[in-house]
Amino acid sequence: MNMPATKIEVETATPAAIAAPVVTMTPKRPPRAEAYARMARETAVRVIPPLVVIALLTLVWELVCRRAGSALPPPSRVFKDTKELILDPFFDHGGIDKGLFWHLSASLQRVALGYSLSAVAGIALGVLVGQSVWAMRGLDPLFQVLRTIPPLAWLPLSLAAFRDGQPSAIFVIFITSIWPIIINTAVGIRNIPQDYRNVAAVVQLNPLEFFSKIMIPAAAPYIFTGLRIGIGLSWLAIVAAEMLIGGVGIGFFIWDAWNSSHISEIILALFYVGIVGFVLDRLIAGLGKFVTRGTAQN
Amino acid sequence: MTAYLKLDHIDKIFTRGTASTEVLKDINLTIEKGEYVSIIGHSGCGKSTLLNIIAGLTGATTGGVLLENREVNSPGPDRAVVFQNHSLLPWLTVYENVKLGVDKVFARTKSRAERDAWVMHNLNLVQMAHARDKRPSEISGGMKQRVGIARALAMEPKVLLLDEPFGALDALTRAHLQDSVMALHQKLGNTILMITHDVDEAVLLSDRIVMMTNGPSARIGEVLEVPLARPRKRLELAANSTYLKCRQRVLEFLYERHRFVEAA
Repeated sequence: MNMPATKIEVETATPAAIAAPVVTMTPKRPPRAEAYARMARETAVRVIPPLVVIALLTLVWELVCRRAGSALPPPSRVFKDTKELILDPFFDHGGIDKGLFWHLSASLQRVALGYSLSAVAGIALGVLVGQSVWAMRGLDPLFQVLRTIPPLAWLPLSLAAFRDGQPSAIFVIFITSIWPIIINTAVGIRNIPQDYRNVAAVVQLNPLEFFSKIMIPAAAPYIFTGLRIGIGLSWLAIVAAEMLIGGVGIGFFIWDAWNSSHISEIILALFYVGIVGFVLDRLIAGLGKFVTRGTAQN
Repeated sequence: MTAYLKLDHIDKIFTRGTASTEVLKDINLTIEKGEYVSIIGHSGCGKSTLLNIIAGLTGATTGGVLLENREVNSPGPDRAVVFQNHSLLPWLTVYENVKLGVDKVFARTKSRAERDAWVMHNLNLVQMAHARDKRPSEISGGMKQRVGIARALAMEPKVLLLDEPFGALDALTRAHLQDSVMALHQKLGNTILMITHDVDEAVLLSDRIVMMTNGPSARIGEVLEVPLARPRKRLELAANSTYLKCRQRVLEFLYERHRFVEAA
């Protein structure tokens, strides 16, 4: 009975011994030129399609708006009208007659302040709601109602409270972006696996250590989802709020251009608003990716 | 027999609304220092609940746990747990995972350099020093469990609690890790309490095997001494008559007298 079994073993062992060195061989490195070519191909695959689409859309826009009596200017007109604004974003003639850089930086400062406040308060409240059942029962219904109020509806109330445009705009940013941060943080905290809590209990981490060493890293992917939605909302809200409060800022720049019938300037400003919003979103996403590296997989 | 760890008349009743289920009933067990005790039973018999009670992660309804004659009812590093699914923190490296416990336990008694050396010493014990800067996602399941063991050992626990530590591993890795744990027990003389549902594992590793009846109201059905000399060798034991007799005894208990009945 034993003999045939041993024989089979020997037979199967032979092909394996032949196959082994083939598997362990290290593949040759592709030559450098080939690597560059592949990189260029990959870049082209990403960059060319959107460029083609943009070119096509610009062409259509040009054709549609070119004829006399058109309400909106064609791209060529926009460029001609706003050439000075594009080429010199840093001029400052006093008052609100400034380059676009100054308008954008004023808006970004408001967003930075309001958003930072809402990030800190939002994460703190989210942790509270996520950690305590009673806080959740008490606060969650309130949050669910308050978060549906449109940003601009807060503006008159905050103007009445602060009696000044600047803090009112910052408050509108704050109140707009805080809800997704609270809600996502709370979900993240509630989803911390029991295992991690057990580990913390066995090691006897104190509440502060538990917060910094377990809670924040474990909930970080959720928190960053909230932060990313929040930054998008605050950029949406600032443009609208600035239209109403006036002063320096990209929002009022657009409103002012409309009042002076400089349609081309409005279009240029919209480009900038879009690009800045995109960059902000990517910034937070990149930060989140950097901070939460390793946490996504288990 | 000197009681090092003593489970004294432990009952556990889970209450949900008006319904209550008695999971454990009158568990009494005394464990000596340096002993390796396994608790075996069918799934759902409450062995993990018992381990959680000893660890202090769950409270007993009545009765209590005494460690060196002192009652313990909250979790602490003197009863370090190796969890079934390793429970390493994925955002920390292997080194940092072990250091988390070390920094807390030896905050006052060891200097920074000593703590660092102690972490590395424990990683060396489980042969994981080479992966100190890797994250848990970058190492295999067996390696993760080794790090989990190192983390628990590094806290210098009075009792090491193993909650089905090899359950999630493939058979070959499991055998390898069992040998490692046996070697560590031989070398360090820890008191170890292990939950398992693997008969061979229980017989191979333990000095005594505690067999639990099926829940609800699970009790200790029988305690079996395993009178095999250490160090034990897996291959030599395969034909050893004492080993086979012990194995037979546990199998009879589990599959004849207390057959697992699927809950209706």
